[in-house]
Amino acid sequence: MTITEIGASRLRKEDQRLITGRTRYTDNMVLPGMLHIALVRSPFAHARITAINVDEAKRAPGVIMVLTGKDVADEQGGIPSAWPVTPDQKAPPYLPIAVEHVAYAGEIVACVIGRTAAAARDALELIDVDYDDLPPVLDLEEAMTDTVLSHPDLGTNLSATWIFDSAAAGTGTDVAQALASSEVVIERTYYQQRLIPAFMEPRSTVVDPTGEQLTMWSATQVPHILKLMISLALSIPESKVRVVAPDVGGGFGGKLAVTAEEFITLLAARRTGKPCKYTETRTESLMGAHHGRAQVQRIRLSATKEGIVTGLDVNLLADMGAYLGVITSGIPILGAFMYNGIYKFPAYRFECNNLFTNKAPTGAYRGAGRPEATFAIERAMDDLAAELDMDPVELRRKNWIKHEEFPFTTVAGLEYDSGNYEAATDKALKEFGYDELRAEQKLRRQSGDRVQLGIGVSTYTEMCGLAPSRVLGSLDYAAGGWEHAQVRVLPTGAIEVVTGISPHGQGHETSFSQIVADRLGVPFDNVEVLHGDTQVAQRGLDTYGSRSLVVGGMAVVAAADKVIEKAKTVAAHLLEASRDDIEFTAGAFGVKGTDQSMTLGEIAFAVFSAHNMPDGFEPSLDSDATFDPVNFNFPHGTHLCAMEVDTETGAVTLRKYVCVDDIGNVINPLLVDGQIHGGLVQGISQALFEEAVYDESGTLVTGSFVDYLVPSAADLPMFTTDRTVTPALTNTLGVKGVGEAGTIASTPAIVNGVLDAVRHLGVDDILMPCTPSRVWNALRDAAQGGGRHRSPDPSSTKPDLDPAGGN
Amino acid sequence: MVQTTITVTVDGTSYTDQVEPRMLLVQYLRETLGKTGTLIGCDTSNCGACTVHLDGVSVKSCTMFAVQADGHEVTTIEGIAGADGLHPMQTAFHENHALQCGFCTPGMIMASIDLLRENPNPDEQMIRDGLEGNLCRCTGYQNIVKAVRSAAETEAAKVELGATIPVGQPS
Amino acid sequence: MIPVAFDYSAPTTLDEALTLLADAGEDGKILAGGQSLIPVLKLRLAAPHAVIDLGRIDALRGIREDGDHVVIGAMTQHHDVATHPLVAEHANLIARATQTVADPQIRHRGTFGGALVHADPAGDLPAAALAMDAVFHIVGPGGERTVAAADFFVDLFTTAVGDNEILTEVRMPKKTAWVSDYQKFTRVAQQWSIVGVAATLRIENGRIAEARIALTNMGSVPIRVQAVEQALIGCAIEEDAIARATASVADGTNPPSDLNGDPDYRRHLATVLTRRAVLNAA
Repeated sequence: MTITEIGASRLRKEDQRLITGRTRYTDNMVLPGMLHIALVRSPFAHARITAINVDEAKRAPGVIMVLTGKDVADEQGGIPSAWPVTPDQKAPPYLPIAVEHVAYAGEIVACVIGRTAAAARDALELIDVDYDDLPPVLDLEEAMTDTVLSHPDLGTNLSATWIFDSAAAGTGTDVAQALASSEVVIERTYYQQRLIPAFMEPRSTVVDPTGEQLTMWSATQVPHILKLMISLALSIPESKVRVVAPDVGGGFGGKLAVTAEEFITLLAARRTGKPCKYTETRTESLMGAHHGRAQVQRIRLSATKEGIVTGLDVNLLADMGAYLGVITSGIPILGAFMYNGIYKFPAYRFECNNLFTNKAPTGAYRGAGRPEATFAIERAMDDLAAELDMDPVELRRKNWIKHEEFPFTTVAGLEYDSGNYEAATDKALKEFGYDELRAEQKLRRQSGDRVQLGIGVSTYTEMCGLAPSRVLGSLDYAAGGWEHAQVRVLPTGAIEVVTGISPHGQGHETSFSQIVADRLGVPFDNVEVLHGDTQVAQRGLDTYGSRSLVVGGMAVVAAADKVIEKAKTVAAHLLEASRDDIEFTAGAFGVKGTDQSMTLGEIAFAVFSAHNMPDGFEPSLDSDATFDPVNFNFPHGTHLCAMEVDTETGAVTLRKYVCVDDIGNVINPLLVDGQIHGGLVQGISQALFEEAVYDESGTLVTGSFVDYLVPSAADLPMFTTDRTVTPALTNTLGVKGVGEAGTIASTPAIVNGVLDAVRHLGVDDILMPCTPSRVWNALRDAAQGGGRHRSPDPSSTKPDLDPAGGN
Repeated sequence: MVQTTITVTVDGTSYTDQVEPRMLLVQYLRETLGKTGTLIGCDTSNCGACTVHLDGVSVKSCTMFAVQADGHEVTTIEGIAGADGLHPMQTAFHENHALQCGFCTPGMIMASIDLLRENPNPDEQMIRDGLEGNLCRCTGYQNIVKAVRSAAETEAAKVELGATIPVGQPS
Repeated sequence: MIPVAFDYSAPTTLDEALTLLADAGEDGKILAGGQSLIPVLKLRLAAPHAVIDLGRIDALRGIREDGDHVVIGAMTQHHDVATHPLVAEHANLIARATQTVADPQIRHRGTFGGALVHADPAGDLPAAALAMDAVFHIVGPGGERTVAAADFFVDLFTTAVGDNEILTEVRMPKKTAWVSDYQKFTRVAQQWSIVGVAATLRIENGRIAEARIALTNMGSVPIRVQAVEQALIGCAIEEDAIARATASVADGTNPPSDLNGDPDYRRHLATVLTRRAVLNAA
């Protein structure tokens, strides 16, 4: 097989429609007689609904129907949680339309169906809802005390407590003992602020109830999961539901969801018998779509004086928000296996308390659990280095798994198959100019420069390619982690690849075409990748968790290999040779030692006409394959950044960013770089810009892009991205996931860099996002107090919100 | 509802329609004309996904009523390709992998074209500052900046080439 | 995303606009560039019954000289203000401040007068206009009146322009050969000012001969700081001297508290930014 496509920077196939506006985002769809939905949302974080008056709205011009929770109580089902992390996990019912109780500001309380979007929107004003407001639970530490309840009927805010203990699991020793007997213990509390995925395309759903099947188009990452959940939750036979994810404008985990809005659109379509559309506004998206992160991480890291880490204890408070979405409860658990990072200390304990609050439900956001874990360990390593007065890179070097030690079973019980942390780090240091920048830093410190320089370091690894089904089973997740593909050979020799993943910007139409073009020896342009429609791709588990290539791509490889095997049988028959003598090279099946051969296209046409097939041969080359990975894969890398801190204003500037990632073999370098760039910015943005803030009454203050700060091009520099290549040993392509890598590493790198710039001035911690005002306040407090400025509690540093002035 | 009659030229074709005054230009483009290439990403003029050209300059079509476009000329992402294929900026976005999910892309391309119209030879920072009104959540902007720079260079090369060939052209 | 329905008119003369505005009464709203108003309407934070669009009154648009004044028509778009040679020459503070307003697309639609009448405390142009000793020409049923910048900004989102009045133009005494800077402090580029400082100076023989300093978002209205202006007179262009002269700039101010900072931080920022604005300008 000659490989020409894999490794080539092929320009993307999917671009043509996207750059010319020939797109099919859900909101672009119009169907005959289509009705429009607008939703009444609770302005209160926590309240009982005492009355809803919809009479006037029903009479309003252009209004077809108004639905309240009571109207649909018998048919609306509930949003399912697919992840009971413990057998006794507690959860309130998550109703698409609230009936008696609302538990976050933005929760849906009524639905208007109108002939136009304007008519539906106008009628919202005519609906009167009476609320008795209840005290909201907004703070995780308070939630843990159960003094105020987010769901009084539940009796507690605690959904579940999940524990991993290396001594109990047999993967390591006892952490209490390690902490008690170590020379140095770093004790820290890190705060993962609440983030909003903020995909650019607001969510939109269209449901067509006409015909035999309900067809739902939705801006989702997970059409297959959605179809299954709709069937289960609404008791609709699975065969009567078709879900289509057309062009989807970004997800980042935010569209890994089964949403109230999707259920409501379906109910509306069923009730009215007409196609219905719901498209959220950005304000609705920010308050209503699930959020991410939102954890308090209490960390104890022990080590010897020489800097050899001996143990790690993690105690986590994780904010579920008001309800459990489809995988809400599992997000912190995904991080549990990553707190040890690339290091090989012997003792580890992880305890996570999943807590309900009166805020928007949380869920997957780029990295989902793993960025939080990486942040904690990489921050703690820097804090330890500072404590021991060691270079942070040297400290990491002392503790990481050496390349000759792979495969390595970690203290969290995962088997890392391959990696080379030394190579990636050495390359990064060199490209960054580490020594030169350290020298400049020293000079600036000595001269008391107004602008101080900090160097941020972060390494990472992550478990990618969700997931081996057996592992998911052991974690009590309801589904498996396999992926399906079909390779169809058309009579003309053109190839259709059907995949169960559901890309929304990643470029899989291109990268999967490259894989198949190589495998089958056909031109890249002869391959069409089909996805995102459960009627076309009947089986699949969709796109998230850096799984598409490493799981979905492997399914494609397996299906293509089956095509080759079938074609060999036909070739042997038509060329009158023994099957053993058929060799497949560059798209042609030849008979060993002769010049006789047939192309795949010729065989395809012969199979299509089926005039002369081997006895018993089913005339089709089409092949299916389902791939269940045997293990995760473990990309890793070293990220370095130079941060400038203006000590006068607290302004932070990212001056230089160098990352060297090892994602194994690369199918398309162009796409890989793109994934890294985008991932970096989301991680940087957590460190510097973004935070979903609620006021003391539980109203989302950052309810538009005016206040929820997503950076523009003007706020960022160019990045230097490079790679080392240590192929994964757990799949035959040797590939690893890349979608989340940039995000995971960049947040701790940036914060470490900011702190490195000001640590000598007495500042040990700054909350994320490291805003100028927080940096300045930390510097001022350190200067005034003389002591160390450590782990500020976010509740004590939140400013009074008084836009009208006054002090 | 009181409707107002407007006549707008969009992508070279003149349309006369009755619209409600509250209809936004972007809604007119998408819902009345079916020009769904222009997208809506926010309510507050921050994201720039809806950027089109009004009489040749970039504007956010979500922050303008259709009635305000009466008598004016609007160009959308669907109207910029020449007869011979793509607009050079579209080509540059493709060749530099300057898009992923594609949702910001129409607005980003329209803003970028206007950026070069005003400043044909911007450096990196000028490009970044010139695109401050457009948000992208996928690309980290790196390749968008490269695409705009490369479009500028391509155009400059064309101009240079053009300048040496024709004789007796009015200066 | 969908405003409450309204009646729309697009007069072509000022008289017509005034009549329409009078007829609309309290429920009328002037639409200038719309870059602040339209988002407000879309979010239904306002719901006027009548919207009167000034966009078709050509007389309200344009930049001209009138003796020792520069005159900017209220409906002149930010982009035109920011790039006009007369503004660059005689009111370069206005050019600098306008360049920082929002983003290119918004600068193509948003208007000078619209931004001033909107009077957002975090908007950049009010402080610049205040520092420029601008005079506002306002027309109403009773004819034309003029209001000095010091009296124009009344409160949050409130100016001297009455319900039935229209701002027609802003006149500024030429500050030819003055130098200026506008320091806008934000966390991301497209953000509104956390604090802004407008500074314009006349320098003679290496010393500051005259100065105008005004602050953005340090209170409900822009603040002119005459004490600092006085202290700067005679100052050499030298960091320590300027720092001393500007140190009190935030004294007595009552800035807002929000996610971007508390009043203490804002007062500190104003001080730092004033020093930087003066040094940059010089």
